[in-house]
Amino acid sequence: MTTQEHTLFDSNEITVSMGPQHPSTHGVLQVKLKLDGERVMDAECVIGYLHRGVEKLGEHQTYGQFVPTLDRMDYIAAVSNCLGYCEAIEKMLEVEAPPRAQYVRVLLTELNRISSHLLWLGTHALDIGAMTVFLYCFREREEILKIFENYCGARLTTHVFRIGGLQYELYDGFEEQVRVFVKDFPSKVDEYETLLTENRIWLGRTRDVGVLTKQEAIDMGVTGPCLRASGVEWDIRKSNPYAAYADFDFDIPIGEKGDTYDRYLVRMEEMRQSTRIVSQAVEKIPDGPIRAKVGKIIKPPQGDVYHAIEAPKGELGYYVVSDASTQPYRVRVRPPSYVNLQALRQMVLGHMVADVVAVIGTLDIVLGEIDR
Amino acid sequence: MDFLIDYIVIPLIKIVIVFLAISGVVAYLTLLERKVIAFIQVRLGPMRVGPHGLLQPIADGLKLMLKEDIVPSGADRLIFTMAPIITLIPAFIVFAVIPFGPTIELFGRQISLYITDLNIGVLYVLAISSIGILGVILGGWASNSKYPLLGALRSAAQMVSYEVALGFSIIGVLLLSGTLSLTGIVEGQQGTWLGFIPRWNIFLQPVGFILFFICGVAETNRAPFDLPEAESELVAGFHTEYSGFRFSLFFLAEYASMIVISSMAVTLFWGGWLSPISNTTPVGLIWQLMSVLWFSVKVLVFLYLYLWFRASWPRYRYDQLMSLGWRLLMPLAIANVVVTAILALILRG
Repeated sequence: MTTQEHTLFDSNEITVSMGPQHPSTHGVLQVKLKLDGERVMDAECVIGYLHRGVEKLGEHQTYGQFVPTLDRMDYIAAVSNCLGYCEAIEKMLEVEAPPRAQYVRVLLTELNRISSHLLWLGTHALDIGAMTVFLYCFREREEILKIFENYCGARLTTHVFRIGGLQYELYDGFEEQVRVFVKDFPSKVDEYETLLTENRIWLGRTRDVGVLTKQEAIDMGVTGPCLRASGVEWDIRKSNPYAAYADFDFDIPIGEKGDTYDRYLVRMEEMRQSTRIVSQAVEKIPDGPIRAKVGKIIKPPQGDVYHAIEAPKGELGYYVVSDASTQPYRVRVRPPSYVNLQALRQMVLGHMVADVVAVIGTLDIVLGEIDR
Repeated sequence: MDFLIDYIVIPLIKIVIVFLAISGVVAYLTLLERKVIAFIQVRLGPMRVGPHGLLQPIADGLKLMLKEDIVPSGADRLIFTMAPIITLIPAFIVFAVIPFGPTIELFGRQISLYITDLNIGVLYVLAISSIGILGVILGGWASNSKYPLLGALRSAAQMVSYEVALGFSIIGVLLLSGTLSLTGIVEGQQGTWLGFIPRWNIFLQPVGFILFFICGVAETNRAPFDLPEAESELVAGFHTEYSGFRFSLFFLAEYASMIVISSMAVTLFWGGWLSPISNTTPVGLIWQLMSVLWFSVKVLVFLYLYLWFRASWPRYRYDQLMSLGWRLLMPLAIANVVVTAILALILRG
């Protein structure tokens, strides 16, 4: 599929602006499409509709005050945002959160990964027309959000960690609630798979759509499930274990072809693996303090630090520069969605309009994180 | 006087009854759809308006009628207004030939439970239902907007392609029954094999039926073939720029066509108003009216299938839809016609 059919006398092309108000661009993404009939000849992403200057805001807040703002970046996976930043600052301060906090961090982050993937699956399937999966996914996501709500009072933008550990002790019945979820969840994943994995229409819509080869994925800096579906075994949880990930036993699913179907399978398996991590973590949460000794006023020494974690969407990195004052001199975020989005054009060229929607879905982007 | 009653009064009464009944069924079909899909998706559906949301269709209708009438700037006003009407009218007048029941005797008069019995009923249904597509194309074009245009182009291609296969899938039945009259086809399905299997065309034409129903779903633009209004891609397809009452006309037409396709499936393949138990023309008023009930139940099963499909399956892509229609359904339909013709010739000697 090339764009060779385009000639000088070809007047069939129309330009369609998909978004920023479009049911399936997952937020305020605008994609300008040049169409020849149903075929996409060119695509251009326009971003920035949700720009709130998150990075700049950080320069006017203390280190601790900035954490809730970061929750608003990838609001689907607020816990990961929080974890990455807190760990970056801890790295600067050279403190380490106590083991109990580390375990709870892993547990909550993995629960959040599941909820993020559930939202991805639901919306992706909805974009392709399978509406029932969407509601099934939200049913299970609700259970996770209930755990968050019980723990910290918030469901979405949780602000669940603090620099140096946790704010709150676990509530009574936390373990039981998590155990119930972990026990039920694998059968629910099977349920989604019954509806989709071997469905002829689903296969037709996802196989060989938006193929990203291994080399292309690496060249464009794609990370997360999108990279692993292209066959690269790269997961920061394994390669540079942070928090308590080194203590857990889990596998990294990888794909072969790098098409939308592979990305679907990888994420489905990731949900199972996250469940595995959660079930291990909940059984062996150590006792002890939940917060390391961090002063009321956080003043990291002069210098800079880069810390990256494996967010549900890919490598989420924080580059923080400190001028030894109470506020960061500069915070630069490497958002996975932003970097992954640049693969969109490559992935949709020569495909149909309907595939654009499938590809946007499979990239699993969050505009709050792209525009920041 | 007899002429006046037989040809003017009785048909008029029947038309009014059928029109009102179909309108009511269409309205409540929207509620049924929302309820069925809601139950499949572990939720309750509309619950606020009336007990269990039973008054929801009325509220919806009122809301649509009271909405501001918006015509996009640059739209072709006349065609923009005509398009929904062109779609709606054929969807309703098709019911003129659908046999809802046998002929009954009332007040000493023979009254047939269908508006008319055309000797070319099948052709009439095919011809009239193809007109509806014109409204879709015109509506998409007259909106002066890109998404509706894309949606209209899609539906034009889709409906034209599937109409061909739809026509071919019926030929098998026509070969067996030897008539184009829908009433004739139903009456031809009376009797039983071995005393308990009803002599319905479905048992002779299973392939024809499956093809007919698949093409019928595609023809009415319903999931998994709902590309013309693929909300995730084309916002709302050909009716993106429509709102208020104009939109509701498109909406009504879609649901009315669903009923048409279901009724046709029942009439052609499932014995129409014949009861599966005795499977003969009933005698006595009660049993004759019961056959209307049988017809309704059968139609309802197919309407439920429509909703079930919508809740379960993803949507086809445009090119896949086309290749399914032309490369799989068409050859199968033609093969079905050939095989049926040969068998019919041999068996009749």
